[in-house]
Parts: sequence; C-alpha cells; structure tokens
Amino acid sequence: MLAEGNYIAGENTFKKSEKLYSTRVGLVEYDERRVSVVALKAFYTPAVGDTVIGKVTDVTIGGWLLDIKSPYPALLRASDVIERSYRPQKNELSSIFDVGDLIIAKILSYDRTRDPRLTIREPDLGKITHGRIVKITPTNIPRMIGRKGSMITMIKQETNCQILLGQNGLALIKGKNIEDEQLAVMAIRKIESESHTSGLTNRVTEMLKKEKTKKSDT
Amino acid sequence: MSTVARIKRTQIAQLMEKGKRLDGRELTAYREIKIEMGIIEKAEGSARILLGDTEVLVGVKIEVGSPFPDTPNEGVLTVNAELVPLASPTFEPGPPNENAIELARVVDRGIRESKAINLEKLCLEPGKKVLVVFIDVYVLNHDGNLIDASAMAALAALLNTKMFKYEIEEEEIKKKPGYDPLPMQNYPIAITFAKINGKLAIDPWLEEEQVMEARLTLTTEKDGKICAIQKGGTGYFTVKQIVELAQTAREKASEIRKLLVKE
Amino acid sequence: MPKSEERMIDKDGVRIDGRKYNELRQTKIEVGILSNADGSAYIEQGKNKILSAVYGPHEVHPKHLALPNRSRLRCRYHMAPFSVEERKSPAPSRREQELSKVIREALEPSIFLEYYPRTSIDLFIEILQANGGTRCAGITVASLALADAGIPMRDLTTACAAGKVEGQLVLDLTDNEDKKGEADVPVAYMPNLDAITLLQMDGQLTLEEFEKTINLSLEGCKQLYELQKEALKVKYVAVKEEVEE
Repeated sequence: MLAEGNYIAGENTFKKSEKLYSTRVGLVEYDERRVSVVALKAFYTPAVGDTVIGKVTDVTIGGWLLDIKSPYPALLRASDVIERSYRPQKNELSSIFDVGDLIIAKILSYDRTRDPRLTIREPDLGKITHGRIVKITPTNIPRMIGRKGSMITMIKQETNCQILLGQNGLALIKGKNIEDEQLAVMAIRKIESESHTSGLTNRVTEMLKKEKTKKSDT
Repeated sequence: MSTVARIKRTQIAQLMEKGKRLDGRELTAYREIKIEMGIIEKAEGSARILLGDTEVLVGVKIEVGSPFPDTPNEGVLTVNAELVPLASPTFEPGPPNENAIELARVVDRGIRESKAINLEKLCLEPGKKVLVVFIDVYVLNHDGNLIDASAMAALAALLNTKMFKYEIEEEEIKKKPGYDPLPMQNYPIAITFAKINGKLAIDPWLEEEQVMEARLTLTTEKDGKICAIQKGGTGYFTVKQIVELAQTAREKASEIRKLLVKE
Repeated sequence: MPKSEERMIDKDGVRIDGRKYNELRQTKIEVGILSNADGSAYIEQGKNKILSAVYGPHEVHPKHLALPNRSRLRCRYHMAPFSVEERKSPAPSRREQELSKVIREALEPSIFLEYYPRTSIDLFIEILQANGGTRCAGITVASLALADAGIPMRDLTTACAAGKVEGQLVLDLTDNEDKKGEADVPVAYMPNLDAITLLQMDGQLTLEEFEKTINLSLEGCKQLYELQKEALKVKYVAVKEEVEE
C-alpha cells in the first residue's frame, strides 16, 4: 500500500519482503529511510508517562478501575492514593473516589501482559471537580498542541480557559464562565474536523476573534 | 480449543518441511479408511466410518413431509451434525455451535450440488407430499478431518438406505411391504487439506488441525467435476496452491469412491 | 415450467441486467457513517444494501473468552427480516452462523490481532437488502469498517464471486443468476499479499472452468479494491476540500 525498497518501517507500517505497507489510513511521512504513517483515525493505546483522563467504573478491594477509552481498563491502586498504610477493613475506598468520578492520572506501567496502572502522585493530578470534558480523536492531539504548543497556547489566551489534554482523547476545559468554555469547545471541534489541513492555527484564531466580537456586539 | 505445546508446533512444521508428518505419513497419504454399513437397524440407512482414529456415524431417516414452495416437485434433503460431547474434551453439550453447523452445511453442499440423490423421484404428490431425507451426522471420536469422514459416512449411509414402498390411495399414502434403494445418481467425495507453515498436507489429523493456519475442502463428483469448496481457518491460500489441490483432490476422491461404490 | 425459457444471457453475451460477463454491479461505498461505532461503512452493490460497524478493540465480555496472546475477533452476519422476498425470521439461521464464521476467517488474516491481547473486536454486518453475493459484499464493506476504526491491518480484504450461468462464466452474480446458474464461487482476497482468505463453491465445474472462474473472481476483487481505496480517500479528503473552498 505504500513504498517498495530498502526502507525502515516506522509507525503504523509493516514490511514484507522489501515492500512496505501501511497498516492504517493516514498521511505518509518520509524521514531519511524511515517511512511512517500518521494515522487519521486510531484509538488510544496506553503508553507509560501519558497523562490521561479516566472515569471510575468500579471500586475493588485494592483500588479503582478506570475507563480510559483504550482497549484496556486501567487500575489505580489504593496504596497510590492513601499515604498511610492502607487497610481494606478501615478505609472505604468509595469515599475517596466513587463510580462516575473523573480522574486525571499518569500511566505508571503498561505492557502486553498486564493492564495499565495509573498514579496520581504528581501535582495537578487527581479528581476533576469542575470544567467541561470534550472528546478528541487521539490521533489529533498533536494538532491540538500545535508546533511548539502554538495552537493550545493560542486557544488558552483567546478564551481565557485552562485546557488539559489527556493523551487518551479527552480534554478538560476550565474557564471563568460558560461562554469562555463554549468558545474553547468550538475551537477544539474545528480542529477535530479539519485536523489534516494546513493553515489551521490561523483559521482557528480568526474564528475565535470573530466569535468574540459577535458576542461583545450583542 | 486446547493449547498445543510450542515444541510440537515446531516439530510438525519442521517435519513438513522435509515432506514428513508426525504420524509417519507422507504429505499426500490418506489415513486408513474402514467402513461399516447398515449398523443401525431402526434407521433407513446408516454407516460408520473410521478414518484413522476419527469415527463418525451417520443415520438416515426418511419421512413424509411437504416440499419447499420453490421446488414443489422435489423431495427434501436436510443434513444435521452433532459434535457429541463424548467424542472430544472440547465438545460441549448444547445446540450445535458454528463448527457443527459448518460441518453439516459442507456435507449438505456436496450432496446437494452434485445432485447425488435424484430428489425428483422422491415426490409423492407435487406441491403437497414428498419424502424428506434426514441425514444425521454423529461424530463419535474426534481425531481430525471431520469433514471428509462425515461426507464419506453420509454417502455410505445413503448408498444403503432403503426407501419403503408406498402407494397412493385416495390421497392417503400407504406403506407397502418391501423396500427400494434410494435413487442415487452421483457420488461426491470431499477431500480436505491443511496448510501448515506454508506446506500442504492431505487429511489432517487432530494435532495437525490444532496448528494449521488454514484448511481447504474440495468435493468432487464421479466425473471429476468440482461441486463444492470450503475454506476454513484464519490463514490464506494462493491461486496456484488451490489449483494444485483441486487436482490432487480429484485423484484421491476417485480412489476413495472405489471403496464406497461397487459398480 | 414455461417460465424457465427466459434466458439469463442473450446471444450477444449481455446479461439480463445489461452487464457484460466480466462487469461488476453498480457499486457505491461510503465510509464512516455511524457516529456511535468506532468504525463503520456502507455498500450498495446492485440491489445489495449492507451496513457494517466495528466496536473495539475493547475488554471482552464475558471475560473468559479473552485470549492471552491476541485479540478475539467476533463477527455477526445478520439479515434484516425485510431484506428478502419472504420475511426472514430475525433469529440467526444456520446459514447466517456459517457465514459469520467464514467471514470472520476471511478477515482475520488481515488484522494485527496480536497487537491487542485480551481484548475483542466486534464486527457487525447487517444485510438491509439482499440480492445475491451478500457474503462477499459484506466482507468488502466490513474490511473498510475495520480500517475506519483505526485497527492496524496488513491490507484491505476485498471479496467478489464469479460463477457459471447458462454455460458461460460470469462475474458478480445476482440472486437470480445464482439460483438459475450452474455454479457460484465466492472469493475473498488481499491484493497486496496475493492471499485468498475465503473460498467456497457450490454447483458444478470442471477443473479448467474452476481455474478460470477463480481468476475472474480475482479480477472483480481487484476492481472492488480500487473502489475501497477510493471510498477511504473520499472520507478523509472531503474535509480538506471543504476547508479550501
């Protein structure tokens, strides 16, 4: 589906007898002899160190199970959350996080044989108390951030919102008022639908400015 | 599905590379076939086939029923297969699973498409009453290649099926004493191959089936025409392989046909 | 039977619906049309109308079905009760169960299932209207739904049938041609790997005819493969054009 000859198979590709094929629908990138494909659509595969937003789906004896929109559920252990030694008899886990709670966490470990494990032992991690959650296709996250963070910084400035991107395709937006949040959501939706086009940062800026003047007029 | 030891997998693959197999056969050698006919007296026809250690019993029952609306002048053929739990630790009781259904449908396809039974002769009263031929495949011991064994057993059972004589009296069907043989006009034989590590082997036994990537069943008729094919498993074949297998299948089928049909 | 006098192919080799022997039915494919599914696609091939959706990879339910070393592909081929002349009972028939199995086996070789152990990928194929060759069209459309779901694959799988009608070999049989014809050979194929992943046949063919028929099917597969790639491009390029206008 892609290239033939002496190439190195990069991301989303595989090689069979000197022929290189793409495994996903996407845009091809050539870098020296390495060929990779930027997938236009893919689901989230956990990677150690990723910041993710997850929803508590179950409280077990040793911790919580979170849905992080990946093929696997993630485990947050009680010992990670409770400082002192944890005793199942005493501590009621559901009083800390309960089913339905949204949590920002980092992926601590993950491999083929075990489901991902999470940690919240870092600043800014933990339960989400307010803000809006927007879905993003995980493959579009690099676009959301932009070159050297240009896109995300611009949106933050223009909308006065705090935005946290979970690598698993969820973004948390915290603004001073609903209008600001609404604006940030609009920007994200626009990036989402036009992600693989060029000149996007400028168009989004334009749109945000236009929307803001519209609002101040009324 | 039970797990196969990794060394056995490589053993089978390495042997096949040299054209040999774990049970000592050549790649093109079929296992020994034993046939017993008419062993269930209550059934109109029956046969038991031993293909190596694979054992299949087929019973044929004939009843009066109504025809399908689109073929009012033809008798009805139905094939059902049971993977009886006593035949393998992996078989479970309950309604037929997809393996049993596939088995039944492949056997059915061979008999139906080759027009093995002259169904028109099974019509008693056009559009109203016909004879229904029930073929029930009973797998008694699973040691691989159930398709070939079942198809063979089904054909053998049909060949010794006795159809009761009847007469129609004032729209009533009355059985008369005596029997006629079933009107057979073709003898389909199914031959299955397994693809293991890129190599092809005829008549796979259980351990080969557990490691095979794909299998291909070709059913041929008495004049050498192909009448049914089924590919199974999660691997693939190339056109060249398929054409080669079709030729081998034709030759093997005519050998096996001689065992079953004494003309 | 007076009606059977009607010929399926006229003396110039033109079929009853105006096609030549090696011509596919009018085919239209769309990708990504269901918002709930992780991936989806729709195909119209003649009067066949088929919808396919993919969910996953995700946790397997029930849990004991999970495989330790790879993802489990589950496939359901199902016909809507109104899809055929006489209402079909919605309960899965034996035919549907067999087809679900062979379709699954036709698609499995294309997917990197080993990337996602302990998960399942659930594939649904709904036949909204059937007019012959639905298993093949189902495979063609399901492969696109898998691609749309972002599941890593070796190649797209494409499928097409060829057969023999009134002594002539023809491509992409309609229901009528299949019923009145002498043989039908559905084939699924991965063009990049030259791999046949589904092969069935019913009817009667000599070895020579069979070889020709299978090659004719492959021709059809290759044409459909182009349409598949086209459909994927349309889905992902359409957005781009919209912006540039």
